[in-house]
Amino acid sequence: MGTRVISSTAAKLAAAAGLAAVAAYATVALAGPNDNELAVDGQKYMTEVPGAKDGPLEKVYSGWRFRNEATQAMQLDDFDNPGFTNVETGEQLWSTVDGEAGKSCESCHGDAAESMKGVRAQMPKWNEAAGKPLTLEHTINNCRTQNMKAAPWKWESNEMLSMTAFIGLQSRGMPVNVKTDGPMKAWHDKGKEIYYARVGQLDMSCSGCHEENYGKMIRADHLSQGQINGFPTYRSKWQKLGSIHRRFKGCMKNIRATPFKVGGDEFTALELYVASRGQGLSIETPAVRN
Amino acid sequence: MAKVKPRVKVPKKAEAGEVITIKTLINHKMESGFRKDKKTGELIPQKIINKFTAEFNGKPVFSADVRPAVSANPYFQFKVKVPESGTFKFTWVDDDGSTYSTEKKIKVGG
Amino acid sequence: MMMKAATMRVTRRQALGLGAGATAVVIAGPTVGPAVAKGQSAEDAIKAFTGGAETKTGKVSLSTPEIAENGNTVPVSFDIESPMTADDHVQSVLVVADGNPRPGVATFHFSEMSGKASASTRIRLAKTQNVIAVARMSDGSFFMDKRLVKVTIGGCGG
Repeated sequence: MGTRVISSTAAKLAAAAGLAAVAAYATVALAGPNDNELAVDGQKYMTEVPGAKDGPLEKVYSGWRFRNEATQAMQLDDFDNPGFTNVETGEQLWSTVDGEAGKSCESCHGDAAESMKGVRAQMPKWNEAAGKPLTLEHTINNCRTQNMKAAPWKWESNEMLSMTAFIGLQSRGMPVNVKTDGPMKAWHDKGKEIYYARVGQLDMSCSGCHEENYGKMIRADHLSQGQINGFPTYRSKWQKLGSIHRRFKGCMKNIRATPFKVGGDEFTALELYVASRGQGLSIETPAVRN
Repeated sequence: MAKVKPRVKVPKKAEAGEVITIKTLINHKMESGFRKDKKTGELIPQKIINKFTAEFNGKPVFSADVRPAVSANPYFQFKVKVPESGTFKFTWVDDDGSTYSTEKKIKVGG
Repeated sequence: MMMKAATMRVTRRQALGLGAGATAVVIAGPTVGPAVAKGQSAEDAIKAFTGGAETKTGKVSLSTPEIAENGNTVPVSFDIESPMTADDHVQSVLVVADGNPRPGVATFHFSEMSGKASASTRIRLAKTQNVIAVARMSDGSFFMDKRLVKVTIGGCGG
């Protein structure tokens, strides 16, 4: 691990915020991901894969590799991982009848370990009826409103987070594998455009931090590539699980931009594009981060 | 708030006199009393798990008096030397007077 | 984002100050956290636990991360050297954080059935500060260990 100087973006950011103390962090020699291996119950996870040939990243790293050992440890054991309380709730909800149709998820989909295997790894996925790609949250609410005749769950509700965590877990260890061709191409390209667009009062883009400067320190935080293979993720900051769109929203607020709508087309396109940047990484749902 | 559900991890079997590790976690916000309501600006009253106890065959083996500085979803890991087969009972006490408890059996020897 | 983080910090201190009715003082003061908290400092809390008895170092080993990536969830564990017999055991262990608005974190009580006086938990630290564990032994003696934990606030993970 060589010493890298703080990025120009981060320095600019520091200056913009007028915090001289930030400069102190510029000298902290912390660069790149660490070399720890992620294994839970003997199963190993791919936290590092070669980037696509024509892609922007030479190597693709899970955010887990940028966390310190205290944070990493919380994901090494499913009991220690606080995201699992939601997984258990999700498992109960799976077989709980709700709505006028008198159905539960289980009524149609049976054993989630079979029927939901690989689902999370392909999200967002093209939906012919909707005429657009749907995220896991959209798909769950579609099922609730159309098939169960139940009220949709709020995006960031405990029920939704529990269900996405439970369904996501069924794909744990499987490689991220989203489609970006055919009708998805336009959405992928739209997501890409958002990813590289500089926005907000700080005039920053996703790429400014997560492509050009990952591995470096932004103030006291070790920048990751912003991969989304572990969502919903338990963040210490949130003290609970949170969705991909919540994280996007937080990032946009950080750069003082007006966030897009949670569940809207922009974030769906961005989710697809960011997922495609992490093709091949193991699904880690529910991951633990700082 | 989400339904409060305790989780515990106790080995199913042990040798007599073996020192086993027990892990416990309960989903709870642990409202510290120091946070303000974003809309009203008022302090949100404290509401935490203030006590955790572990009993084995009716005898107290480990307990904790808990303050707001314990993180949300309180986690406790501790050791117990098990002399015989029996039942562990774990209890969490909430500031609002509710208690949550769960039991686990362990087989010793044989 | 930086501003937001900074503002949040002030808010936390204000909240702390409100408890003592001395907001301005809290903001102006450098690291007077425990002194202005609701009456009790970490020192007071330890004194209340030991009854003013001498507290030696040794026997207690406290583990904390050197740097906590987020102060909301800091893993802390301790292990105390003791045979844990009826005659010679650890009765209880007080854990305090000397820079929190209220220093008390938890008090753990052990028994003859504990086998080993060790425990782990996850705690909240409002800023960089010392975490202190004090053990009360069955013979009435006290031992302690102390670890400085740097808490990173701000950045985008803050």
